[in-house]
Amino acid sequence: MSSKNGTKVRLDAPPDKLRVRIRRREKTDSPQYDEVFEIPYRRNLNVISVLMDIRKNPVTADGKETTPPVWDMNCLEQVCGICTMVINGRVRQSCSALIDDLLVESGGNEIRLEPMSKFPNVRDLKVDRSPMFDHLKKVHAWVELDGYHDLGAGPHTSQSMQAERYAYSRCMTCGCCLEACPQYFEDNYIGPQAIGQVRLFNMHPTGQMDREERLDAMMDDDGIANCGNSQNCVQVCPMNIPLTRAIYETNREVTVHGLFGWLKK
Amino acid sequence: MSNKINIAIVGGGLAGLAAAMKIAEAGHNVDLFSVVPVKRSHSVCAQGGINGAVNTKGEGDSPWKHFDDTVYGGDFLADQEPVRRMTDMAPAIIHLFDRMGVPFSRTKEGLLDFRRFGGTLHHRTAFAGASTGQQLLYALDEQVRKYESEGSVRKFEGWEMLSLVMDDHGVCRGIVAMDLQTLELKAFEADAVIMASGGPGLIYGKSTNSQVCTGSAVSACYQQGARYANGEFIQVHPTSIPGEDKLRLMSESARGEGGRVWVPKTQGDERDPQNIPESERWYFLEDKYPAYGNLVPRDIATREIFQTCLDGYGVKGENQVYLDLSHIPAETLDRKLGAILEIYEMFIGDDPRQVPMRIFPGVHYSMGGLWVDFEQRTNIPGLFAAGECDFSIHGANRLGANSLLSCVYGGFTAAPSALEYVANVERGDSGTNGIYDAELKKQKEINDQIVHSNGSENQYKIHEEMGKLMTENVTVIRYNDRLQETDNKLLELIDRFQNISINDSNLWATQAVPHARQLWNMLQLARVITLGALNRNESRGAHFKPEFPDRNDDEWLKTTVAEYSEEAPVLSYEQVDVSHIEPRLRDYSKSSKKAD
Ligand SMILES: Cc1cc2nc3c(=O)[nH]c(=O)nc-3n(C[C@H](O)[C@H](O)[C@H](O)COP(=O)(O)OP(=O)(O)OC[C@H]3O[C@@H](n4cnc5c(N)ncnc54)[C@H](O)[C@@H]3O)c2cc1C
Ligand code: SF4
Ligand code: SF4
Ligand code: FES
Repeated sequence: MSSKNGTKVRLDAPPDKLRVRIRRREKTDSPQYDEVFEIPYRRNLNVISVLMDIRKNPVTADGKETTPPVWDMNCLEQVCGICTMVINGRVRQSCSALIDDLLVESGGNEIRLEPMSKFPNVRDLKVDRSPMFDHLKKVHAWVELDGYHDLGAGPHTSQSMQAERYAYSRCMTCGCCLEACPQYFEDNYIGPQAIGQVRLFNMHPTGQMDREERLDAMMDDDGIANCGNSQNCVQVCPMNIPLTRAIYETNREVTVHGLFGWLKK
Repeated sequence: MSNKINIAIVGGGLAGLAAAMKIAEAGHNVDLFSVVPVKRSHSVCAQGGINGAVNTKGEGDSPWKHFDDTVYGGDFLADQEPVRRMTDMAPAIIHLFDRMGVPFSRTKEGLLDFRRFGGTLHHRTAFAGASTGQQLLYALDEQVRKYESEGSVRKFEGWEMLSLVMDDHGVCRGIVAMDLQTLELKAFEADAVIMASGGPGLIYGKSTNSQVCTGSAVSACYQQGARYANGEFIQVHPTSIPGEDKLRLMSESARGEGGRVWVPKTQGDERDPQNIPESERWYFLEDKYPAYGNLVPRDIATREIFQTCLDGYGVKGENQVYLDLSHIPAETLDRKLGAILEIYEMFIGDDPRQVPMRIFPGVHYSMGGLWVDFEQRTNIPGLFAAGECDFSIHGANRLGANSLLSCVYGGFTAAPSALEYVANVERGDSGTNGIYDAELKKQKEINDQIVHSNGSENQYKIHEEMGKLMTENVTVIRYNDRLQETDNKLLELIDRFQNISINDSNLWATQAVPHARQLWNMLQLARVITLGALNRNESRGAHFKPEFPDRNDDEWLKTTVAEYSEEAPVLSYEQVDVSHIEPRLRDYSKSSKKAD
C-alpha cells in the first residue's frame, strides 16, 4: 500500500474513467493479446471489483463487444492465494490490490493486468499452479501419525517454536515467490515455497522423524542447490514468510545430511 | 476388482477433508471433488478459533457445559444428541490437530492456549494466531495429500458437482460433475456420496463468505429429493466491512475498545464524516440503550444498525453506518487493535485512526442445510452430509468457534457412517442399468440449453437483484407481507432466468456457464429460505419478526423441513430432540456477549 510516514497517500484528483489493460489468451496454446477496458471510476475499488464490472458487460474501450475476462477468486481477503496475478508489473493478489493505491503509485489512470508467467496459462488471467501442490508431495509435507484415534495431547511446544512454525505455516501456495525467482522456470527447480515447508515440518518434533526423506528430495537435480540467493522471493511474499532463512537453514541441514547421510545407509 | 469401498466426497473444506482422511485411514478409496483446489476452500477464512472443553485453565469447564452453552445459544432448536456427541469429541479433535502439527498458540508451559468467545464464560477456544481456519484446513489438506500420494484419494479439483445419480430404487449411486476448464461432463460411480460443500452466502450477493459458497450443490440435491432443514436460520454478523466485492468481518473488539456507532442526523448527508460536527451525529445505540451503548448483544446491534439504514439514515444514502475509533489515541489503537485496523486499511484504504470505519451487518453463516439424522445420513439412501451444508448442531443461532468444530465432527461421523452403510447394503447392479448415461444426458441438455440461450437478460444482474432482495427482506428483521412479496419477486427472477443469454462465446474455462447453473440453484434455495421464514410465526435466534416478537415453543419448537416440488417448496415440521435438557428462555440481557 502506498503510504508516507505511516499516513496514507490519498488519490486527490481521481480520473473520471479508469482504463484497464488486460493481457488475454483464449486457450492454453493460443497467442496472447491485449484488450483495454474503461469503467467509471468509483472510490474503494479493488482489482476484483473492476473485473466483476467488466465481466458483467464486456465491451472494450473502443466499443467492441468481447468475451468476459476469466480469472480466479475465492476468499477475497488475501488468505486463499487463488487470485494471484501480475498487476502493473508486480506479482500480488488481485483481491487486496486497491485501485486508488495503484493509481497513486503509477500516477496515471491505467492499470495493467497480466497472468503469472511461470505457470501454464489456462485462459486470460487464470493459471494452473498444480505443480506447487506436487512439490508438497515430493517433500513429504505432512506429519506422519499412528492413527486418528484419541492418543491424547500433542508434544509440548515453546511459544518461540510456535511463533517460528506459525510464520512458515501461513504459506498460501500463491506462487508469488516462484514468479519472482530468477532460477525458477517451468519446474526445473522446486523453489522457495517448498523449501519453506521443508523447514516447517523439519522443525516439528514428530515431523522431523521424516527429516531425511525431505532432505533427500532437497538434494535432487531440482533441489535447493539451484537457488542463486538473489532474495527476490522474500521481497514479494505477501505472508512475510522468512524464505531466505528457510533456504539458509535447510541448506545447512542438506550439507550435513549429504556429508554423513551415506554413512547411515 | 478389490472389495474396496469407493466414496465420492463433494467439497474439500474442513468437513470434506475430515471425512476423506477417515475413509482413507480405514483402507478405502475416495474421489474428492472441489470447485477450487481444496487448500483454497472457504474454511481458510476462519480466524477466531475452534471450541473444545479441554479445561486447562482450572475453570471447571466440561463437555457438558459446552453442550449446554451450544444448545442454549441455539435457542433450543438443535437436536440435542448430536450436539452432545460433538462436544464430547471436541477435546480429542483439538488434540488430534495438535498432533498433526497445527501451530496452536501456546501457554508459557508449552500447553495449548485457549481464549474466551461469545456465549460462554469459559476459556474454551483454541486458536492459531488470527488464522485458525487456515491452519486447521492446511493440517487436514496435508494428511489427505499423503493418501493422495499413496493413491487411495483421487482429487478432482476444478470439477463442479452438478447432480446426483439415482437408481430406480431412489438410492444415490454417484454424481455427475463438470470439468471447469473443458466443460466436459462426466458421471462418477460411487458406493456412497458425502456432501461437504459449505454454506450458501452468495445467495445474498455480498456476504462474509468466499465466492464458491453458492449452496448450488446442496440445492441440486434438494431438487432431486433431499430434504432441506431450517433454511430460514441465517446468521448475520453485526459488524462487517462493506466492500465493492464482498463483506469482510470486523471484530467486535473494536467496540470493546471504545468504538462508537453513529450516522449523520440528516438523511443522505453528503459531507465527509470529519466535517460533520458532533451535534449533527446520531449515536443511535447509545441513545436507545444508555446502559450498554455500543456493546449491546450481537443480535440487538445487528437489528438496530439494519433498521437505521432501512429508515434511510445510512451514510450517504447507502447501507452503512460509522464505527468510529478516531477519538481514541492512535498509539492505543495500534497496541490493542493493530491487526484488525490493518485489514480495514488494506481493503478500504482509509486509516481508521483518522476516519470512521463504515460498517454494516453482513450475512455470515447458514444454520440450515441438508437434513441429516444423528449419523449424518440424509433422507436419500447412500447420500450423507457434513459441515456447514448440513442443518445439525447450531439450531437457531451458532456460537462463534463452534462451526470449525462441527465441520470436523460431521466429517468424522459421516465417514464411518457411510462405510457402514456400504458394508450392509446389497451392492448389486439392480436398477443401475443406464442410470449414469441417463443422468449425464440430462445434465448435458441443461448445459446445451444455457449455451444456446440468447435472451435479453444478464445473469449477473439477476444475481445482484436476488442478493439485494434477499438482503433487504430475509435477514435481520422479517415481515410476512415482505416475505410473500420476496417470494413473488423470486418467481419473477426465475422467469427472467429462462430468458438469459450467456455473454461468453469462448467456452474454454468460461465462468458464464457454471455461474448460470449456480444461479438457478441459488434461486431455488432462496425460495426455501424465504418461505421457511414466512411460515415460522415466532422469533427465535436469528429469525426475528416484529409481528411475532417472542419465541413460541408450544407451536414452533420444531425443525422446518422443505421438500422440492415444481410449484413451491413443500414445508413440514418435525419434533426437535430435547432428550437431555429442558428448553428454557434465553436471556443475555444481563451480560453482553463477546464475539469473533
Ligand atoms: C470470515 C469468516 C470467519 C469465520 N470464523 C470462524 C471461526 O473463527 N470459528 C468457527 O468455528 N467458524 C468460523 N466461520 C465459519 C466457518 O469458517 C465455516 O462454516 C466452515 O469453514 C465451513 O466449512 P465446510 O467444510 O463446511 O465448507 P467450506 O470450507 O466452505 O468448503 C466447501 C467445499 O466444497 C466445495 N464445493 C462447493 N460446491 C461444490 C460443487 N458443486 N462441486 C464440487 N465442490 C464443491 C468447495 O470447493 C470447497 O472445497 C467463519 C466464517 C467466515 C465467513
Ligand atoms: S533466493 Fe533463491 S529461491 Fe529466492 S528468489 Fe533468489 S534464487 Fe529464487
Ligand atoms: S512462500 Fe509466500 S510467496 Fe511463496 S507461495 Fe507461500 S505465501 Fe506465496
Ligand atoms: S481471493 Fe483469496 S487471496 Fe485473493
